[in-house]
Amino acid sequence: MTARVSRETRAVAIALLSTAVLAAAIVVVATRSPGWGAFRAYFLDWAIYRDSFPEILHAFWLNVKLFLVAEVIILPAALFLAVLRSLPGPVFFPIRALAIAYADLFRGVPTILVISILGFGMPALGLSWLPQSEFFWAVVALVLVYTAYVSEVYRSGIDSVHASQDAAARSLGLSHGQSLRLVVLPQAVRRVIPPLLNDFIGLQKDTALVGTLGVVEAFKQAQIDQSATFNGTPYLVAATLFVLITIPLARFVDWLVARDKKRQQAGRAA
Amino acid sequence: MSAGNPGDRLKPATGATVGAALRVEGVHKSFDRLEVLRGIDLVVSEHDVVCLIGASGSGKSTLLRCINLLEPIQAGRIFVGDTEITARNVDLNAIRRRIGIVFQSYNLFPHMTVLENVTLAPRKALKQSRGDANAQATELLRRFGLADKRDEYPDRLSGGQQQRVAIVRALAMQPELLLLDEVTSALDPELVSEVLDVIRELANGGMTMVIATHEMSFARDIASRVYFLDAGVILEEGPPEQLFSAPREARTRQFLQRIIAAGRL
Repeated sequence: MTARVSRETRAVAIALLSTAVLAAAIVVVATRSPGWGAFRAYFLDWAIYRDSFPEILHAFWLNVKLFLVAEVIILPAALFLAVLRSLPGPVFFPIRALAIAYADLFRGVPTILVISILGFGMPALGLSWLPQSEFFWAVVALVLVYTAYVSEVYRSGIDSVHASQDAAARSLGLSHGQSLRLVVLPQAVRRVIPPLLNDFIGLQKDTALVGTLGVVEAFKQAQIDQSATFNGTPYLVAATLFVLITIPLARFVDWLVARDKKRQQAGRAA
Repeated sequence: MSAGNPGDRLKPATGATVGAALRVEGVHKSFDRLEVLRGIDLVVSEHDVVCLIGASGSGKSTLLRCINLLEPIQAGRIFVGDTEITARNVDLNAIRRRIGIVFQSYNLFPHMTVLENVTLAPRKALKQSRGDANAQATELLRRFGLADKRDEYPDRLSGGQQQRVAIVRALAMQPELLLLDEVTSALDPELVSEVLDVIRELANGGMTMVIATHEMSFARDIASRVYFLDAGVILEEGPPEQLFSAPREARTRQFLQRIIAAGRL
């Protein structure tokens, strides 16, 4: 027992030490570089960091809203699209073909173009019944792009559930829909939680592209502050905020996956 | 165990279906160009236990999957009781509820406990209440010595236990016909007998079964009739004592000799 504890302590110590050495090396290389003085003055101005933080935080709230609204639509929409693509039989060919065309198109076009085309183009049509708000079109653009990505993630999950699971469900007299809903999808979704989170993080970051529409979100606000102070530190503020959201998200999903694994192996229903 | 005179059951079935739980007529099945079943005829009376034997690839599993309508057939007809299940406008789901199948690889649902595995279809396909389904499942699990595994996930069970759960899951639908597809082939040798014991008990209880198996001594022991499949046709069939002791066909003799050489009979 004590031997094991000391081995664990040793492992932690080694990990800490090697991390410290690497960090020190990076600091030394950076601070001794010829341009370090200029870099520090431009990006690491603590006074500007402090002053611009509240404004950028306020603007960042818009990124969070964009992310949350878009994600709430994307998760079910992408699942729906993935299910459409898995419909069997020749009758559903046109539906499958449309779903494939959609996914190909919106995974192929750069997100910033989709945002620009919708955000500038739709209001420019001059149709009074169309929403005019940039926020609305930004959400639509993000939903269109990310639904295409996320549906591919779901689809790989559905494909990864062995056909014998569906056969077992169907052999018991469950319908195709019941088998999908009760047997295939629960297993598929569990398997794709980590790649799904990747796309969450991508979406969270891409909300910064909405700034091109003139919407004042964190990146746009940082740009405004940068041009007011001629200092890049506000960008660092924006970066801090994005990282503060995405890292806990990543750890949370790690925890979810670990809990699920443990639960299935521990053998007791939660 | 066998009902009626075996000869009656083998007459080409036209019209009357007295006592026939399953009737397979001229079934052909192809995967693309490969013809796996080339005209299969088979009649199983109620409470009969029919064993299908033959080399891997002879079509045993495919035949069972066709009877369960998991595979569409290209020609022929299949009747369960009085229903032609291969008719154009049948309700596949309703038919499958009447026919249980147990697979070689168990195919339990890994995200559900044993109890949930067993009660899923009764609740969702038969619309039983949770209480009724749970009570029935608990009783079945108890009967097959799995009561203490009720709340376990399949991962935590041995292969033999998983296969017994799979059998219970099929039984929970109270099928009129149970198909067993090489249910012991994936098991460690020491786990085979616990599964065979369950099947024996079902046979004693009068369950109508079609069993594809490599366990020849078990087949000889339990079957009311044995069918030898070779390259997609039934080459020979008969009561087990005749087929195993005095096979008529050279191919059957060859097959059985190889089995004996491998120490499986």
